[in-house]
Amino acid sequence: MARHVVAAAADFPPGTRRLITINDRAVVVFNVKGEYFGLYNKCPHNGGSLVQGVLTGLLQSANPGNYTYTKQGEIIRCPWHGWEFDIRTGQSFCRAIRAKARPLPVRVEPGSDIVEGPYKAETVEVRVENDYVVVEA
Amino acid sequence: MNTPTGIWDGDIHPYLRSATDLDPWLPKQWIEHQRNYGSLRQTPLVNGSAYHKSQPNAGRRDAYPPEGGVQGSSVSFLREQLLDAHNIGWGILNPLVASQGVRNLDHSAALCRAINHWQAEIWVDAEPRLRASIVVPYEDPETSAAEIRHWAGDNRFAQVLLLSRTSFLPGNRRYWPIYEAAAEANIPVGIHAFGNSGWPVSSSGWSSFYMEEMIGHAQTSQAGLTSLVIEGVFERWPTLKLVLVESGFTWAPSLMGRLDKHWKTLKSEVPHLKLSPSEYIRRNVWWTSQPMDEPENRRYLADIFNWLGWDRIMFSSDYPHWDFDDPSRVIMFPATHEQKHAFFTGNAQAVYGSR
Repeated sequence: MARHVVAAAADFPPGTRRLITINDRAVVVFNVKGEYFGLYNKCPHNGGSLVQGVLTGLLQSANPGNYTYTKQGEIIRCPWHGWEFDIRTGQSFCRAIRAKARPLPVRVEPGSDIVEGPYKAETVEVRVENDYVVVEA
Repeated sequence: MNTPTGIWDGDIHPYLRSATDLDPWLPKQWIEHQRNYGSLRQTPLVNGSAYHKSQPNAGRRDAYPPEGGVQGSSVSFLREQLLDAHNIGWGILNPLVASQGVRNLDHSAALCRAINHWQAEIWVDAEPRLRASIVVPYEDPETSAAEIRHWAGDNRFAQVLLLSRTSFLPGNRRYWPIYEAAAEANIPVGIHAFGNSGWPVSSSGWSSFYMEEMIGHAQTSQAGLTSLVIEGVFERWPTLKLVLVESGFTWAPSLMGRLDKHWKTLKSEVPHLKLSPSEYIRRNVWWTSQPMDEPENRRYLADIFNWLGWDRIMFSSDYPHWDFDDPSRVIMFPATHEQKHAFFTGNAQAVYGSR
């Protein structure tokens, strides 16, 4: 794996995102409140460009009328069909109907149960090195 | 005209950059009317859609033209992002600009005429891969028939456009002048989902969620198709071509089976039907594909295609809307070259023919 410079950290403020190309593949890098996250810029559902998606949160409901809203600013919503992915893990959270039942991994996060969906966006590692944001891919 | 190569797209939505785009073709009376009174829809208390869309203008967020304006308002960007990028060789414009369901029928007619000019002169003249739809003020069927006859000889237009939510079921005789004019001109009628009928979107009232409205298009279209068959529209005009656009199609085999079952025992009620309902449907009706269902086992879709008939379903993208289908990602199950050719090109060539 090689290290690829995205930008000088000073030029990449919180709330912004950058699109770069690594090994001919587009990668989107987000700065969310000082934390950096990278994803391949291709939605695993139908190939939409994630860099043009809205960053939102994870809205869940334990039962009708009760809502929890977590991971605010950490869920990327594809600009095409609205599939949502956790920018930390690439995991989608919409459980599709499956042809055969399978045990769903469930773990407790603050205030919610999370059911994983069928798609996972590909994440890439991003870190700040000598004041440069770098992606490892 | 040479037959275009590439995919035929049955559902592309052009939008105005602003309401003044129509001014060149609107009498001053209606420009001032629009400014002072707006365009009132059949659904009271709303200016636009009764349901807020999940994305701005119901459009892809990556489809804003670089020069500004809403998604779908730029010929050059549509050319680049849709036609060139996805190898679309021929595509139909279905303008969902407030016009057809406007309550003031004279205003509705003026808007429809202007939108038809706008499609032909701004879009089709600039991009030979595009064709226009004759937008008609369908709640005034006689005027609609006159609008069809006005444009019928103009090959920039490939179909007549109706919306699925009309004030009466579409087979109702009040609308027959529209089908008569279309059959006479040998131009297909496309019924696109949506519209402001004046009635709730379900037969039991207003649903609470946009998602219910989205599902409701399939239900509305089933009611509409049932009405067209049972009222005898296809018996009266055997050559009429009807295309159901953005209404789903996986429900169609089931509906045909159910219609035929009841027809066998109740046909004394509808003696004007000489064929079984499914025979009319297989002769006169086609569907566009988007939005395709996505069952976990995609082979179920192959079953539906086989059941309904590969000659009945035509690709559509719905560009620039957020639920756009990418032609390279729709047939995600085994299909033969001939089947894919029919779906992407051949069926539309058969329906829209020389236009």
